[in-house]
Amino acid sequence: MGARGGACLCREAAGAGGGMSEAPMPLWEVFIRSRNGLAHKHVGSVHAADAAMALQAARDVYTRRGEGLSLWVVPSSAITASDPAEKDMMFEPTASKIYRHPTFYKVPDDVGNM
Amino acid sequence: MAPLFDYTLRLADSALILGHRLSEWLGHAPLLEEDLALGNIALDLIGEARALYAYAGTVEGQGRDEDALAYKRDAGQFRNLLLVEQPNGDFAVTITRQLLYSAFAHPFWRALAQSRDATLAAIAAKAEKESAYHLRHAGEWLIRLGDGTAESHGRAQRALDALWPYAGELFETDAVEAALIAEGIAVDPAALRPDWERTVQAILAEATLAAPAGTWMQSGGRSGRHSEHLGHLLASMQFLQRAYPGASW
Repeated sequence: MGARGGACLCREAAGAGGGMSEAPMPLWEVFIRSRNGLAHKHVGSVHAADAAMALQAARDVYTRRGEGLSLWVVPSSAITASDPAEKDMMFEPTASKIYRHPTFYKVPDDVGNM
Repeated sequence: MAPLFDYTLRLADSALILGHRLSEWLGHAPLLEEDLALGNIALDLIGEARALYAYAGTVEGQGRDEDALAYKRDAGQFRNLLLVEQPNGDFAVTITRQLLYSAFAHPFWRALAQSRDATLAAIAAKAEKESAYHLRHAGEWLIRLGDGTAESHGRAQRALDALWPYAGELFETDAVEAALIAEGIAVDPAALRPDWERTVQAILAEATLAAPAGTWMQSGGRSGRHSEHLGHLLASMQFLQRAYPGASW
């Protein structure tokens, strides 16, 4: 086994009836920046053995119709997610604070679009 | 202008046949990601073929369009490289075939973009960017297959051993090409060999694979002497236009 032997082509390994002791292919989250000045946005995920291959897979799966100028891939395991069971504690308190929306201010006409 | 027609047709045939081979993976690739990747590369190649066939038809001036050239010629009239008609085999064979071709195609299109023929130069400028990615894709995969598990290394080395004899044809020239090279229209493929060797050897070294030494090289695609595989490919690719001539949808 060489230096890059950690991951497998899982469908192929399963089909061959062997090689199932190998690690499954890691999952990566894909972010695309569609234009200069915009932020990278999450678009989905890909399976790939390492970061370089994940970038290649992301390009092939998510930029087929000219969607982007820049790609990020991040190991899915690096993401810490909020617990859906805690959504009341996390998000409910903001529901009563509508004054946080900037809809109560009069914008002078001279300012134009903001 | 027969030499220009022949030359354009050769380039078109190699692009179409390789594109068709890759399209055979659709729905069968080892990963969903690769299904799309191989499909993308197939579409790039078929796009290159369409532009080249359309130009060949114009140069010929006999009213043959891209469909007539792609679907209504038999195996003996095809001028593609023997390398690109070789069957897909396993994933390692497909990747190795793609690497051997793309390591040539990338510097080839870059050089052809300087052609004195404006149409060929324009087609080449577009194809150069596509082939740069094809080379990256195949190279990264071959490095991981070669330097992966014992199983993937063995498959990659067997693929390389089987396909290597078809690499020599990439650098052949004949009278048709010699005249066009002298006019600054065609690219001298022999001049691209050092570049190809450097690219391929660097990837093979990282992949811990070894090119077979001193192998006899296959030849014949440029004169229409093909392996038995091309006829089967054409039977499948041309079936619809042969059975229902002029069918459209």
